[in-house]
Amino acid sequence: MRQPKIIPGVDPKLLIKDAARLMPDASRRGFLRGAASLGALAFLTGCDIIDGDTAEGVLRKVSAFNDGAQAALFSRTKLAPEFPESAITRPFPFNAYYDEDEAPEVDGKSYKLEVAGLVDNKKPWTLDELHALPEVSQVTRHVCVEGWSAIGSWQGTPLSEFLKRIGADTRAKYVWFKCAEGYTNTIDMPTALHPQTQMSFKFDHKILPRAYGFPMKIRIPTKLGFKNPKYVVAMEVTNTDKGGYWENQGYNWFSGL
Amino acid sequence: MTAETMTMTTAEAAIHPLWVRVCHWINAVAILVMIGSGWQIYDASPLFRFEFPRAIALGNWLGGALLWHFAAMWVLVVNGLVYLTLGFATGRFRRKLLPIYPSQVFVDAKAALTFNLAHDDLSRYNAVQKLLYTGVILCGALIVLSGLAIWKPVQFQELTALFGGYDVARYVHFFAMSAIVGFLMVHVVLALLVPKSLRAMIAGR
Repeated sequence: MRQPKIIPGVDPKLLIKDAARLMPDASRRGFLRGAASLGALAFLTGCDIIDGDTAEGVLRKVSAFNDGAQAALFSRTKLAPEFPESAITRPFPFNAYYDEDEAPEVDGKSYKLEVAGLVDNKKPWTLDELHALPEVSQVTRHVCVEGWSAIGSWQGTPLSEFLKRIGADTRAKYVWFKCAEGYTNTIDMPTALHPQTQMSFKFDHKILPRAYGFPMKIRIPTKLGFKNPKYVVAMEVTNTDKGGYWENQGYNWFSGL
Repeated sequence: MTAETMTMTTAEAAIHPLWVRVCHWINAVAILVMIGSGWQIYDASPLFRFEFPRAIALGNWLGGALLWHFAAMWVLVVNGLVYLTLGFATGRFRRKLLPIYPSQVFVDAKAALTFNLAHDDLSRYNAVQKLLYTGVILCGALIVLSGLAIWKPVQFQELTALFGGYDVARYVHFFAMSAIVGFLMVHVVLALLVPKSLRAMIAGR
Protein backbone atom coordinates (compact mmCIF):
# COMPACT_ATOMS: atom_id res chain seq x y z
CA MET A 1 0.00 0.00 0.00
CA ARG A 2 1.45 3.26 -1.06
CA GLN A 3 0.32 6.37 0.67
CA PRO A 4 1.62 9.69 -0.63
CA LYS A 5 2.73 12.50 1.63
CA ILE A 6 0.29 13.57 4.28
CA ILE A 7 -2.06 16.19 2.93
CA PRO A 8 -2.07 19.36 5.02
CA GLY A 9 -5.25 19.63 7.06
CA VAL A 10 -5.82 15.88 7.06
CA ASP A 11 -5.36 14.19 10.40
CA PRO A 12 -2.78 11.43 9.82
CA LYS A 13 -4.31 9.41 12.66
CA LEU A 14 -7.69 9.37 10.92
CA LEU A 15 -5.95 8.13 7.81
CA ILE A 16 -4.44 5.33 9.83
CA LYS A 17 -7.82 4.49 11.34
CA ASP A 18 -9.27 4.19 7.85
CA ALA A 19 -6.44 1.91 6.88
CA ALA A 20 -6.86 -0.11 10.06
CA ARG A 21 -10.48 -0.92 9.21
CA LEU A 22 -9.11 -3.09 6.45
CA MET A 23 -7.06 -5.07 8.92
CA PRO A 24 -8.25 -8.23 10.68
CA ASP A 25 -9.29 -7.61 14.29
CA ALA A 26 -6.42 -9.44 15.92
CA SER A 27 -3.74 -7.22 14.46
CA ARG A 28 -5.69 -3.98 14.50
CA ARG A 29 -4.63 -2.79 17.89
CA GLY A 30 -0.93 -3.24 17.36
CA PHE A 31 -1.18 -1.84 13.86
CA LEU A 32 -3.00 1.20 15.13
CA ARG A 33 -0.39 1.95 17.71
CA GLY A 34 2.67 1.31 15.57
CA ALA A 35 1.30 2.78 12.39
CA ALA A 36 0.00 5.92 14.00
CA SER A 37 3.49 6.41 15.35
CA LEU A 38 4.92 5.84 11.94
CA GLY A 39 2.26 8.11 10.53
CA ALA A 40 3.46 10.92 12.70
CA LEU A 41 7.02 10.21 11.61
CA ALA A 42 5.86 10.24 8.01
CA PHE A 43 4.27 13.58 8.75
CA LEU A 44 7.68 14.84 9.82
CA THR A 45 9.84 13.29 7.14
CA GLY A 46 7.51 12.81 4.20
CA CYS A 47 8.12 9.06 4.23
CA ASP A 48 5.46 6.61 3.13
CA ILE A 49 3.12 5.01 5.60
CA ILE A 50 3.84 1.32 5.30
CA ASP A 51 3.78 -1.68 7.53
CA GLY A 52 3.21 -0.36 11.05
CA ASP A 53 3.74 -3.82 12.50
CA THR A 54 7.36 -3.75 11.40
CA ALA A 55 7.91 -0.36 13.04
CA GLU A 56 6.36 -1.57 16.28
CA GLY A 57 8.37 -4.79 16.14
CA VAL A 58 11.62 -2.87 15.73
CA LEU A 59 10.71 -0.50 18.56
CA ARG A 60 9.94 -3.41 20.87
CA LYS A 61 13.29 -5.00 20.00
CA VAL A 62 15.07 -1.78 20.89
CA SER A 63 13.09 -1.68 24.14
CA ALA A 64 14.31 -5.20 24.93
CA PHE A 65 17.85 -4.05 24.15
CA ASN A 66 17.26 -1.15 26.56
CA ASP A 67 16.25 -3.67 29.25
CA GLY A 68 19.72 -5.21 28.89
CA ALA A 69 21.43 -1.84 28.90
CA GLN A 70 19.59 -0.83 32.07
CA ALA A 71 20.31 -4.13 33.79
CA ALA A 72 24.00 -3.52 33.02
CA LEU A 73 23.75 0.02 34.42
CA PHE A 74 21.96 -1.16 37.55
CA SER A 75 24.13 -1.17 40.64
CA ARG A 76 23.24 -3.67 43.38
CA THR A 77 24.73 -1.36 46.00
CA LYS A 78 23.96 2.16 44.78
CA LEU A 79 21.14 3.55 46.87
CA ALA A 80 18.36 5.85 45.74
CA PRO A 81 18.77 9.27 47.39
CA GLU A 82 16.97 9.58 50.74
CA PHE A 83 15.24 12.75 51.86
CA PRO A 84 14.31 14.30 55.20
CA GLU A 85 10.74 13.76 56.41
CA SER A 86 10.08 17.44 55.78
CA ALA A 87 10.50 16.81 52.04
CA ILE A 88 7.55 14.39 51.88
CA THR A 89 4.96 15.43 49.30
CA ARG A 90 1.66 16.12 51.06
CA PRO A 91 -0.82 14.95 50.12
CA PHE A 92 1.03 12.12 48.42
CA PRO A 93 -0.81 11.48 45.14
CA PHE A 94 -3.02 8.46 44.56
CA ASN A 95 -2.20 6.97 41.20
CA ALA A 96 -3.58 4.02 39.26
CA TYR A 97 -5.31 3.16 36.00
CA TYR A 98 -8.63 3.40 37.86
CA ASP A 99 -10.22 5.99 40.16
CA GLU A 100 -9.53 6.06 43.85
CA ASP A 101 -13.02 4.82 44.75
CA GLU A 102 -12.45 1.82 42.48
CA ALA A 103 -9.28 0.81 44.34
CA PRO A 104 -9.42 -2.69 45.80
CA GLU A 105 -10.60 -3.06 49.38
CA VAL A 106 -8.65 -5.91 50.91
CA ASP A 107 -9.86 -7.43 54.18
CA GLY A 108 -6.80 -7.45 56.45
CA LYS A 109 -8.21 -10.14 58.74
CA SER A 110 -8.65 -12.77 56.06
CA TYR A 111 -5.69 -11.58 53.96
CA LYS A 112 -2.99 -14.09 53.19
CA LEU A 113 0.06 -13.48 51.05
CA GLU A 114 0.49 -16.46 48.74
CA VAL A 115 4.07 -17.51 48.05
CA ALA A 116 4.87 -19.71 45.07
CA GLY A 117 7.60 -20.88 42.73
CA LEU A 118 11.22 -21.59 43.54
CA VAL A 119 10.94 -21.29 47.33
CA ASP A 120 11.40 -23.83 50.15
CA ASN A 121 8.41 -22.73 52.23
CA LYS A 122 5.17 -21.97 50.43
CA LYS A 123 3.12 -21.36 53.57
CA PRO A 124 0.89 -18.31 53.06
CA TRP A 125 1.55 -15.33 55.35
CA THR A 126 -1.07 -13.58 57.44
CA LEU A 127 -0.87 -9.83 57.91
CA ASP A 128 0.06 -10.25 61.59
CA GLU A 129 2.96 -12.49 60.61
CA LEU A 130 4.11 -9.97 57.99
CA HIS A 131 3.85 -7.07 60.45
CA ALA A 132 6.07 -8.98 62.86
CA LEU A 133 8.97 -8.94 60.36
CA PRO A 134 11.87 -6.52 61.03
CA GLU A 135 10.97 -2.97 59.99
CA VAL A 136 13.08 -0.57 57.96
CA SER A 137 12.13 2.89 56.75
CA GLN A 138 12.84 5.00 53.70
CA VAL A 139 11.98 8.47 52.43
CA THR A 140 12.52 8.29 48.69
CA ARG A 141 11.32 9.76 45.44
CA HIS A 142 8.55 7.99 43.55
CA VAL A 143 9.02 8.73 39.83
CA CYS A 144 6.05 8.10 37.58
CA VAL A 145 6.44 6.97 33.97
CA GLU A 146 4.36 10.05 33.13
CA GLY A 147 7.16 12.28 34.36
CA TRP A 148 5.87 13.65 37.66
CA SER A 149 7.47 12.68 40.92
CA ALA A 150 6.59 12.77 44.61
CA ILE A 151 8.54 12.04 47.77
CA GLY A 152 7.04 9.50 50.14
CA SER A 153 7.88 7.65 53.32
CA TRP A 154 7.52 3.87 53.48
CA GLN A 155 8.07 1.36 56.24
CA GLY A 156 8.26 -2.39 55.93
CA THR A 157 10.67 -5.25 55.59
CA PRO A 158 13.38 -5.60 52.93
CA LEU A 159 12.18 -7.98 50.22
CA SER A 160 15.64 -9.64 50.29
CA GLU A 161 15.05 -10.47 53.97
CA PHE A 162 11.68 -12.00 53.21
CA LEU A 163 13.07 -13.99 50.26
CA LYS A 164 15.73 -15.37 52.60
CA ARG A 165 13.09 -16.39 55.17
CA ILE A 166 11.01 -18.30 52.65
CA GLY A 167 14.10 -20.01 51.25
CA ALA A 168 13.83 -18.47 47.81
CA ASP A 169 16.27 -19.56 45.15
CA THR A 170 17.84 -16.17 44.52
CA ARG A 171 19.60 -17.55 41.44
CA ALA A 172 16.18 -17.41 39.78
CA LYS A 173 15.75 -14.60 37.29
CA TYR A 174 12.49 -12.98 38.36
CA VAL A 175 10.01 -12.26 41.09
CA TRP A 176 6.42 -11.96 39.91
CA PHE A 177 3.70 -10.15 41.86
CA LYS A 178 -0.06 -10.40 41.63
CA CYS A 179 -2.38 -7.79 43.07
CA ALA A 180 -5.93 -7.89 44.42
CA GLU A 181 -7.41 -6.15 41.38
CA GLY A 182 -5.53 -8.36 38.92
CA TYR A 183 -2.57 -6.05 38.29
CA THR A 184 0.64 -7.97 37.72
CA ASN A 185 4.31 -7.11 37.68
CA THR A 186 7.60 -8.93 37.14
CA ILE A 187 10.93 -7.63 38.40
CA ASP A 188 14.49 -8.85 37.94
CA MET A 189 16.16 -10.67 40.83
CA PRO A 190 19.01 -8.12 41.29
CA THR A 191 16.37 -5.44 41.90
CA ALA A 192 14.41 -7.76 44.21
CA LEU A 193 17.58 -8.17 46.29
CA HIS A 194 18.46 -4.44 46.29
CA PRO A 195 18.72 -3.18 49.89
CA GLN A 196 15.99 -0.56 49.40
CA THR A 197 13.46 -2.87 47.75
CA GLN A 198 10.81 -3.12 50.44
CA MET A 199 7.61 -4.96 51.26
CA SER A 200 5.85 -1.89 52.60
CA PHE A 201 3.07 -2.10 55.17
CA LYS A 202 3.10 1.55 56.23
CA PHE A 203 3.13 4.96 54.63
CA ASP A 204 4.48 7.76 56.76
CA HIS A 205 4.59 5.41 59.81
CA LYS A 206 0.87 4.63 59.57
CA ILE A 207 -0.67 1.41 58.21
CA LEU A 208 -1.01 1.82 54.44
CA PRO A 209 -4.32 3.44 53.61
CA ARG A 210 -6.37 1.84 50.85
CA ALA A 211 -5.24 4.51 48.37
CA TYR A 212 -1.58 3.62 48.83
CA GLY A 213 -1.97 -0.14 48.53
CA PHE A 214 -3.29 -1.76 51.74
CA PRO A 215 -2.25 -4.22 52.92
CA MET A 216 1.09 -4.43 51.08
CA LYS A 217 2.96 -2.49 48.43
CA ILE A 218 6.30 -3.42 46.92
CA ARG A 219 8.31 -0.22 47.15
CA ILE A 220 11.19 -0.13 44.67
CA PRO A 221 12.89 3.29 44.63
CA THR A 222 15.15 2.14 41.78
CA LYS A 223 12.20 1.63 39.42
CA LEU A 224 9.41 3.72 37.91
CA GLY A 225 6.17 3.86 39.88
CA PHE A 226 4.26 1.32 37.81
CA LYS A 227 6.89 -1.27 38.79
CA ASN A 228 5.89 -0.71 42.45
CA PRO A 229 2.78 -2.92 42.76
CA LYS A 230 0.13 -2.18 45.40
CA TYR A 231 -2.50 -4.50 46.99
CA VAL A 232 -0.07 -7.41 46.51
CA VAL A 233 -1.69 -10.76 47.27
CA ALA A 234 0.76 -13.23 45.75
CA MET A 235 4.37 -13.51 44.71
CA GLU A 236 6.26 -16.10 42.74
CA VAL A 237 9.98 -16.69 42.36
CA THR A 238 10.44 -17.86 38.79
CA ASN A 239 12.70 -18.19 35.79
CA THR A 240 9.83 -17.35 33.45
CA ASP A 241 9.14 -13.72 32.63
CA LYS A 242 5.40 -13.46 33.15
CA GLY A 243 5.33 -9.81 32.10
CA GLY A 244 3.02 -7.29 33.67
CA TYR A 245 -0.05 -5.14 33.17
CA TRP A 246 1.70 -2.15 31.62
CA GLU A 247 4.78 -3.92 30.29
CA ASN A 248 2.53 -6.07 28.09
CA GLN A 249 1.07 -2.88 26.59
CA GLY A 250 4.43 -1.45 25.67
CA TYR A 251 5.99 0.25 28.68
CA ASN A 252 9.64 -0.66 29.00
CA TRP A 253 10.07 -3.86 31.01
CA PHE A 254 13.07 -2.90 33.14
CA SER A 255 12.07 0.72 33.74
CA GLY A 256 14.96 1.33 36.10
CA LEU A 257 15.81 4.72 37.55
CA MET B 1 41.70 6.14 -4.32
CA THR B 2 42.00 7.59 -7.81
CA ALA B 3 43.16 11.10 -8.50
CA GLU B 4 39.68 11.97 -9.62
CA THR B 5 37.93 10.92 -6.40
CA MET B 6 40.65 12.66 -4.40
CA THR B 7 39.96 15.87 -6.23
CA MET B 8 36.28 15.38 -5.61
CA THR B 9 36.87 14.82 -1.90
CA THR B 10 39.00 17.94 -1.71
CA ALA B 11 36.44 19.94 -3.61
CA GLU B 12 33.63 18.70 -1.40
CA ALA B 13 35.59 19.56 1.70
CA ALA B 14 35.48 23.15 0.53
CA ILE B 15 32.02 23.56 2.11
CA HIS B 16 30.80 20.47 3.97
CA PRO B 17 32.82 17.24 4.08
CA LEU B 18 30.86 14.02 3.74
CA TRP B 19 30.95 13.22 7.46
CA VAL B 20 29.33 16.55 8.29
CA ARG B 21 26.50 15.97 5.82
CA VAL B 22 25.90 12.38 6.96
CA CYS B 23 25.90 13.41 10.62
CA HIS B 24 23.67 16.39 9.86
CA TRP B 25 20.90 14.36 8.22
CA ILE B 26 21.02 11.48 10.68
CA ASN B 27 20.79 14.07 13.42
CA ALA B 28 17.91 15.81 11.66
CA VAL B 29 15.81 12.63 11.65
CA ALA B 30 16.81 11.64 15.20
CA ILE B 31 16.08 15.08 16.65
CA LEU B 32 12.65 15.25 14.96
CA VAL B 33 11.74 11.86 16.39
CA MET B 34 13.02 12.93 19.81
CA ILE B 35 11.04 16.19 19.70
CA GLY B 36 7.82 14.60 18.40
CA SER B 37 7.89 11.76 20.93
CA GLY B 38 9.05 14.16 23.65
CA TRP B 39 5.93 16.27 23.09
CA GLN B 40 3.74 13.20 23.55
CA ILE B 41 5.62 12.31 26.75
CA TYR B 42 5.23 15.90 27.97
CA ASP B 43 1.47 15.65 27.47
CA ALA B 44 1.29 12.78 29.97
CA SER B 45 2.26 15.22 32.72
CA PRO B 46 2.49 18.79 31.38
CA LEU B 47 4.87 21.21 33.08
CA PHE B 48 2.85 24.20 31.93
CA ARG B 49 -0.76 25.01 31.15
CA PHE B 50 -0.64 23.74 27.61
CA GLU B 51 -0.36 20.46 25.76
CA PHE B 52 1.08 19.64 22.39
CA PRO B 53 -1.60 18.74 19.83
CA ARG B 54 -1.77 15.01 19.23
CA ALA B 55 -1.52 15.54 15.49
CA ILE B 56 2.07 16.76 15.76
CA ALA B 57 3.12 14.44 18.59
CA LEU B 58 4.67 11.07 17.87
CA GLY B 59 3.80 7.69 19.32
CA ASN B 60 -0.01 7.80 19.70
CA TRP B 61 0.15 7.30 23.49
CA LEU B 62 2.71 7.59 26.26
CA GLY B 63 3.94 4.01 25.86
CA GLY B 64 4.43 4.39 22.11
CA ALA B 65 6.17 7.74 22.54
CA LEU B 66 8.56 6.30 25.11
CA LEU B 67 9.46 3.47 22.72
CA TRP B 68 10.29 6.03 20.03
CA HIS B 69 12.13 8.31 22.44
CA PHE B 70 14.36 5.61 23.89
CA ALA B 71 15.10 4.17 20.44
CA ALA B 72 15.98 7.46 18.72
CA MET B 73 18.04 8.32 21.80
CA TRP B 74 20.72 5.85 20.69
CA VAL B 75 20.84 7.29 17.18
CA LEU B 76 21.04 10.83 18.52
CA VAL B 77 23.78 10.07 21.03
CA VAL B 78 25.96 7.80 18.88
CA ASN B 79 25.70 10.15 15.90
CA GLY B 80 26.29 13.16 18.18
CA LEU B 81 29.42 11.61 19.64
CA VAL B 82 30.80 10.83 16.17
CA TYR B 83 30.05 14.44 15.13
CA LEU B 84 31.66 15.96 18.22
CA THR B 85 34.71 13.71 17.99
CA LEU B 86 35.31 14.53 14.33
CA GLY B 87 34.45 18.19 14.89
CA PHE B 88 37.18 18.53 17.48
CA ALA B 89 39.67 16.09 15.90
CA THR B 90 39.59 17.67 12.45
CA GLY B 91 39.71 21.17 13.89
CA ARG B 92 36.47 22.02 12.10
CA PHE B 93 34.81 23.49 15.19
CA ARG B 94 37.79 25.71 15.89
CA ARG B 95 38.11 26.79 12.25
CA LYS B 96 34.44 27.33 11.51
CA LEU B 97 32.87 28.39 14.79
CA LEU B 98 35.57 30.42 16.53
CA PRO B 99 36.20 33.14 17.42
CA ILE B 100 32.79 34.73 18.03
CA TYR B 101 32.95 38.51 18.58
CA PRO B 102 29.83 40.05 20.15
CA SER B 103 30.27 43.23 18.13
CA GLN B 104 30.35 41.20 14.90
CA VAL B 105 27.28 39.22 16.02
CA PHE B 106 25.47 42.55 16.42
CA VAL B 107 26.54 43.85 13.00
CA ASP B 108 25.67 40.56 11.24
CA ALA B 109 22.36 40.20 13.05
CA LYS B 110 21.36 43.69 11.93
CA ALA B 111 22.43 42.91 8.37
CA ALA B 112 20.49 39.63 8.45
CA LEU B 113 17.31 41.25 9.73
CA THR B 114 17.46 43.86 6.97
CA PHE B 115 18.20 41.16 4.37
CA ASN B 116 21.62 42.70 3.71
CA LEU B 117 23.71 39.74 4.82
CA ALA B 118 25.91 38.38 2.04
CA HIS B 119 26.15 34.64 1.46
CA ASP B 120 28.86 34.68 -1.20
CA ASP B 121 31.13 32.24 0.58
CA LEU B 122 29.16 29.43 2.21
CA SER B 123 32.33 27.89 3.60
CA ARG B 124 32.69 30.80 6.02
CA TYR B 125 30.09 31.31 8.70
CA ASN B 126 29.03 34.80 9.68
CA ALA B 127 29.03 35.73 13.37
CA VAL B 128 25.31 34.99 13.82
CA GLN B 129 25.75 31.55 12.31
CA LYS B 130 28.76 30.88 14.54
CA LEU B 131 26.78 31.89 17.60
CA LEU B 132 23.69 29.86 16.66
CA TYR B 133 25.61 26.74 15.63
CA THR B 134 27.75 26.82 18.75
CA GLY B 135 24.65 27.48 20.84
CA VAL B 136 22.68 24.59 19.37
CA ILE B 137 25.61 22.20 19.86
CA LEU B 138 25.72 23.24 23.52
CA CYS B 139 21.92 22.81 23.74
CA GLY B 140 22.36 19.34 22.26
CA ALA B 141 24.82 18.45 24.99
CA LEU B 142 22.50 19.95 27.61
CA ILE B 143 19.42 18.09 26.40
CA VAL B 144 21.27 14.76 26.40
CA LEU B 145 22.71 15.34 29.88
CA SER B 146 19.40 16.53 31.36
CA GLY B 147 17.71 13.58 29.64
CA LEU B 148 20.13 11.17 31.32
CA ALA B 149 19.47 12.92 34.63
CA ILE B 150 15.71 12.32 34.26
CA TRP B 151 16.07 8.79 32.92
CA LYS B 152 18.47 7.59 35.62
CA PRO B 153 17.99 9.72 38.75
CA VAL B 154 19.33 6.84 40.87
CA GLN B 155 22.19 5.36 38.82
CA PHE B 156 23.27 8.86 37.63
CA GLN B 157 22.13 10.66 40.78
CA GLU B 158 25.27 12.83 40.85
CA LEU B 159 24.32 14.19 37.44
CA THR B 160 20.71 14.69 38.55
CA ALA B 161 21.95 16.57 41.62
CA LEU B 162 24.11 18.74 39.38
CA PHE B 163 20.93 19.91 37.64
CA GLY B 164 19.35 20.71 41.00
CA GLY B 165 17.35 17.50 41.30
CA TYR B 166 14.90 15.46 39.24
CA ASP B 167 12.15 18.07 38.96
CA VAL B 168 14.52 20.86 37.91
CA ALA B 169 16.18 18.56 35.34
CA ARG B 170 12.74 18.10 33.73
CA TYR B 171 12.47 21.85 33.22
CA VAL B 172 16.04 22.04 31.87
CA HIS B 173 15.18 19.24 29.43
CA PHE B 174 12.06 21.14 28.34
CA PHE B 175 13.82 24.48 27.86
CA ALA B 176 16.70 22.87 25.96
CA MET B 177 14.04 21.36 23.64
CA SER B 178 12.41 24.79 23.28
CA ALA B 179 15.75 26.35 22.36
CA ILE B 180 16.43 23.63 19.79
CA VAL B 181 12.95 24.02 18.28
CA GLY B 182 13.50 27.78 18.12
CA PHE B 183 16.82 27.22 16.39
CA LEU B 184 15.22 24.75 13.98
CA MET B 185 12.56 27.22 12.88
CA VAL B 186 15.15 29.92 12.12
CA HIS B 187 17.49 27.33 10.60
CA VAL B 188 14.90 25.87 8.22
CA VAL B 189 13.55 29.27 7.16
CA LEU B 190 17.05 30.55 6.40
CA ALA B 191 17.99 27.36 4.55
CA LEU B 192 14.94 27.85 2.35
CA LEU B 193 15.73 31.54 1.84
CA VAL B 194 19.27 30.64 0.78
CA PRO B 195 18.68 27.39 -1.16
CA LYS B 196 22.34 26.98 -2.11
CA SER B 197 23.08 26.42 1.59
CA LEU B 198 20.61 23.51 1.55
CA ARG B 199 22.24 22.17 -1.61
CA ALA B 200 25.64 22.40 0.08
CA MET B 201 24.40 20.29 2.98
CA ILE B 202 23.10 17.66 0.56
CA ALA B 203 25.59 17.64 -2.29
CA GLY B 204 28.52 19.10 -0.43
CA ARG B 205 28.84 22.24 -2.52
